[in-house]
Amino acid sequence: MLHLILFLAFGAVCVAGAVNLLVQRHPINSALSLVVVMGSLAVEYLLLGAEFVAAVQIIVYAGAIMVLFVFVIMLLNAGEEEYSNKSRVAHVVGIPGVLIGCVLIGWVLVERSHTEAVAVGALPGAPKDIGWLLFHDYLLPFEVTSILVLIAIMGAVVLAGRPEPVQQSKKES
Amino acid sequence: MVPLSYYLVLSGILFACGVTGFLIKRNLITIFMSIELMLNGVNLSFVAFAAHWHALSGQVFVFFVMVVAAAESAVGLAIIIAVFRTRETLNVDQVNLLKL
Amino acid sequence: MRLWLIPILPLLGAAINGLFGRRFSRQLVALVALGFCGAAFAWALWAAAKLSGGSYSETIAPWIRAGAFQVNFSFYLDHLSLVMLLVVTGVGFLIHVYSVGYMWEEGGFYRFFCYLNLFMFFMLTLVLGGNYLLMFIGWEGVGLASYLLIGFWFTRDSAASAGKKAFIVNRVGDFGFLIALFLMIRHFGSLNFDQVFGMASRMNPETAGAGLLTTIGLLLMVGACGKSAQIPLYVWLPDAMEGPTPVSALIHAATMVTAGVYMVARSHAIFERAPMALTVVAVIGTLTALFAATIGVCQTDIKKVLAYSTISQLGYMFLACGVAAFSAGIFHLMTHAFFKGLLFLAAGSVIHSIGGEQDMRKMGGLRKKIPVTFWTMTAATFAIAGFPPFAGFFSKDEILWRAYQVSWAYWLIGVFTAFLTAFYMFRLWFLTFFGEYRGEEPRAHGEHGHGGIHESPRVMLVPLVILAGLSIAGGWVGIPGSLGGGNQFERFVGPVFHAAIPAGGGEHGRETARQEREAEGSEPETNAGTELMFTGISVSAALLGLLLSWWLYCKRTELPGRIARAVDGFYEAVLHKYYVDELYAILFVKPLIDGSSKILWQGIDRGVIDATLDNSADGAREVSDTIRHMQSGNLRSYAGWVAAGAAGVIVYMIWIGVR
Repeated sequence: MLHLILFLAFGAVCVAGAVNLLVQRHPINSALSLVVVMGSLAVEYLLLGAEFVAAVQIIVYAGAIMVLFVFVIMLLNAGEEEYSNKSRVAHVVGIPGVLIGCVLIGWVLVERSHTEAVAVGALPGAPKDIGWLLFHDYLLPFEVTSILVLIAIMGAVVLAGRPEPVQQSKKES
Repeated sequence: MVPLSYYLVLSGILFACGVTGFLIKRNLITIFMSIELMLNGVNLSFVAFAAHWHALSGQVFVFFVMVVAAAESAVGLAIIIAVFRTRETLNVDQVNLLKL
Repeated sequence: MRLWLIPILPLLGAAINGLFGRRFSRQLVALVALGFCGAAFAWALWAAAKLSGGSYSETIAPWIRAGAFQVNFSFYLDHLSLVMLLVVTGVGFLIHVYSVGYMWEEGGFYRFFCYLNLFMFFMLTLVLGGNYLLMFIGWEGVGLASYLLIGFWFTRDSAASAGKKAFIVNRVGDFGFLIALFLMIRHFGSLNFDQVFGMASRMNPETAGAGLLTTIGLLLMVGACGKSAQIPLYVWLPDAMEGPTPVSALIHAATMVTAGVYMVARSHAIFERAPMALTVVAVIGTLTALFAATIGVCQTDIKKVLAYSTISQLGYMFLACGVAAFSAGIFHLMTHAFFKGLLFLAAGSVIHSIGGEQDMRKMGGLRKKIPVTFWTMTAATFAIAGFPPFAGFFSKDEILWRAYQVSWAYWLIGVFTAFLTAFYMFRLWFLTFFGEYRGEEPRAHGEHGHGGIHESPRVMLVPLVILAGLSIAGGWVGIPGSLGGGNQFERFVGPVFHAAIPAGGGEHGRETARQEREAEGSEPETNAGTELMFTGISVSAALLGLLLSWWLYCKRTELPGRIARAVDGFYEAVLHKYYVDELYAILFVKPLIDGSSKILWQGIDRGVIDATLDNSADGAREVSDTIRHMQSGNLRSYAGWVAAGAAGVIVYMIWIGVR
């Protein structure tokens, strides 16, 4: 019972945050709504017994990625969105597509999927167990992912770094 | 007891919000955030299925998704900064040099 | 006996002259052409001497083998084809000799002799072929050679058009021939002469309406009408006079146009059992003879008169075949080759001597100036008019006598046509050689430094003299019994037309043998006195024609003009050949050209085929023009398409899952 109440409460917070992200015009407001979404998602993970994932969600997602977002917004001094409506396609084709997709998925889920309940903490995700899996069964993806992160860091540094001054002296000579 | 389908519906709603945001928002950074929202919705469904089927690999996968999302957001924001430097605007409708 | 050499020798001549003749001197070209043609003639004589037992056939190689149907390269020589062979090679050789002189100053000398030898090759294939397919090859080939030679001076529009007209009208006839061949293949399973005629002679005569044999016969006659210029496909022959005169002599007098007669005579087994087809043949022949003679009366071009005369005489030959007097028809074919060939060659000599003028109104009084030409042409004119003892008399008389035995109508029209023939031939004779010279001084040409009317060189005169001798004496092999002769010709060729029954035919065979002999009719069993009376009538008709033309064109020369003005409308119609060419133009040519240009060219070729390609290209361009708007550079529209696509995939997956 409590499980259900907690789920519904934090689910509502999630959805409210997501909708607020769409509604807000200033990006900083959208970023803060996203943080709210991530927080409530972490609670949902806890309800499912995924402790490690919940912790990582808070630390990495809400704590690092969103902070990065906020820094960039601040750096670029992004203001409120201007109004421009240059893409009819997105509205005419895209949104109905999304609606169709969602309705269908919802229908399928409600009609046909299992209605078995998932207990609170049904599958405990202790860090020890996850670590075991990571370093035994999924070692290769783990290592490759670390290389991916390395590449991403280098790319970000190159892309966002200050552009080199144009070497005019070389061109003139 | 919460049925599995409730989790999945919640995940679907989050995903749908993410796609909608991607379509109707004009600020590059906001679009990026909608992508993150989509990823989060997907993560939720992974964890829900992992709990349902008692397969811990679902949570491991979420771990990987998060790592990749981090890397991707770093690079993406670096690109946005670079775009901002050249185009002086964050309005996605004006970043259309690829127009035929 | 190596019959196949006879056609191949001229083919070699044609190949050598055609491939290398451009670099040869004129003498060498003439030597090659005359050499190969003469060799063919010599070989033909030798084959004639060696022929024993009435017929000889040889098969060189198989050609088509399709199940039970087989056609080989086989050659066949019997007395009928022997006569044709000797005429073709002999007269052909003489005309080759004449052409050396006539064409000496013309351009394209080697080309002319290449085509002439090529024609000999095809004609000999036609005559010697042992099955209908080889005959058809020769048939088509002589049509081709005729086209090439009529349009020899192709830079002249009228010559090129005449060549085309000849070929196309021939093709119409060939269509009938082809259908007949298909019918033979279908019902007889073979095209070989012995098999077709063997099977045909086992069938009963079709007296009750049209059957298979009648149909084949009529279709063969269509082909013969095209090749031998009978109604309604004669219109090409007068136009064919655009070609050089030796061509007119060889192809359109002596040999090619007689191919139709030869074919009908060869197919006698079919025709004898189809009385309706025979009647059609006779009627067409008679009508054509009369029709062409009436046109010939009014023509002013010397070669056109001779052309219509050819059509008329061919009508006589078909009349002979139509009353089943095949050997009489072949006899007239032979004598006609002599005197008509001579007439054309002499006309060429006349034209050459006055510098190219062909209009008889501008000739006259030439008999003192070109004596050899005059005397040889006189012999030919008397021969064609049918005066005894010249050649034409015996053959024409035989035809008229046999025609009378079938129907007096044939005989009457034939006699009237003989009168007309004599009339217009002597009209030509008087206008050309008598009276005052009405033309201009001929220009100097060639090696003759002086202008003035002069006799032709000897190389042209010798063939004239030889043919004149043949025109006088050529008929003496066919003197009928009523006049005291032995009719060797009938005895020579006649058995061919009796021997269609296979051996061992039994009672039925003997019965049809007797009927055939009666139908073919060797020496007539009726009164010799009656025959002499009819002979007298035909000679008097010829005499009447001579006297009338003498009176109109020698004595009272203003009369023809007055008569023409008196019957003005009718005269105009006859002068314009009864407007048949114009009629054909309206009925056939114009609709064909219009249909071809409007429907086939503009409608289908441009409207459908080209339009399809153009429109598909345009369509591709328009489609891509529309789709290109997808690449707008706008991120959000890309996202929109992605979302829609994803939705589509989800729908599909769910649909699969639900099923």
